[in-house]
Amino acid sequence: MTIYGVALLAFCYLAGKLLGFLLGDLLQFDGDIGGVGFAMILLILGHNYLKKKDLIKTPSTNGILFWSSMYLPVIVAMAATSNVHAALSGGMVAVLAGLLATIAGFLLVPVLSKIGRPNTKQISE
Amino acid sequence: MLETIHQVVGKNGLIFAFLFVGVVMLFSFWFSNTFTRKKIPGVAIAILIGLGLALFGGKKGIADIPLFAGMALLGGSMLRDFTVVATAMGADLDKIKHAGLAGAIALIIGVIASFFFGVIVAYFLGYTDAESMATIGAGACTYIVGPVTGSALGASSDVIAISIAAGVVKTIVTTIGTPLIAKSIQLDNPHSAVVFGGLLGTTSGVAAGLAATDPKLVPYGALTATFYTGLGCLICPSVLYLLLRMVS
Repeated sequence: MTIYGVALLAFCYLAGKLLGFLLGDLLQFDGDIGGVGFAMILLILGHNYLKKKDLIKTPSTNGILFWSSMYLPVIVAMAATSNVHAALSGGMVAVLAGLLATIAGFLLVPVLSKIGRPNTKQISE
Repeated sequence: MLETIHQVVGKNGLIFAFLFVGVVMLFSFWFSNTFTRKKIPGVAIAILIGLGLALFGGKKGIADIPLFAGMALLGGSMLRDFTVVATAMGADLDKIKHAGLAGAIALIIGVIASFFFGVIVAYFLGYTDAESMATIGAGACTYIVGPVTGSALGASSDVIAISIAAGVVKTIVTTIGTPLIAKSIQLDNPHSAVVFGGLLGTTSGVAAGLAATDPKLVPYGALTATFYTGLGCLICPSVLYLLLRMVS
């Protein structure tokens, strides 16, 4: 049944968020650290396990895939509800700080991607 | 008649948001096929239209207009995180393991680099006290790290507002810039997507930017980006602020 998949997704989401908030508490930070990441790993492991044991059928998996395919429209709605005015109202300091930080991030991608890359054989083997 | 339409839509905000976003995406993909021969992905166009629509509202973008209030639910953090978690179904655990170390290093370097550039800009534009510089530097991480750091350090409210704005600028530049620059920074595989998520860290920007580049990369980027704001909130008002105070 479709709802079994959705329920598994919901379980992983809530458990991941809970772990994220617990990690936050542990580090004395009022909020969620990595909740989505934990949830994703739980979902991958959980789904793989159930599939191996033949406990999850295609309709259930489809329940998860439906939500996975809904993230594009969600992202579009998110863009439409973002506070664009705030970005423009912070003046030059905000624009430059945000812009430079982003460009620095972009430029570091190829540099750091070299770490542990599977096809650079000396490192991974 | 108009009154009745408003009533029906108002009571069914989320459903209207499904319809509205569906129409926006239909138009975007048609536009992408017809006028750009798919050179500009339909998703990228849809996101740009979204950002443009947000200008019609205020803090909550288009959702400030009562007719579009349901957009806030569809585009809110609950459904964003729920759907992003669901994309993990398409992710390969082995690839994540390979990129784990690179992703962790990217997170730390990403926070430090953003903080550093924010501080430099703040300094040269006249904010020379350590608290303001640290707050603006933290804002250059994400729009959550900025105000968290600012209130921890007792920065003034206008500096905190600037730090939020800097974070929002980062989200928007990441959203628009990622598909444009992806090829030149070799952002075309899961490994670099994990690194990218760690370096940029804005969950919304990373998810939207990767969606517009190659939807298959979204789970890998989102996985690391989700740790960034927490890490930033931990080290910006503490270690990085203390280091900054030592040199300034």
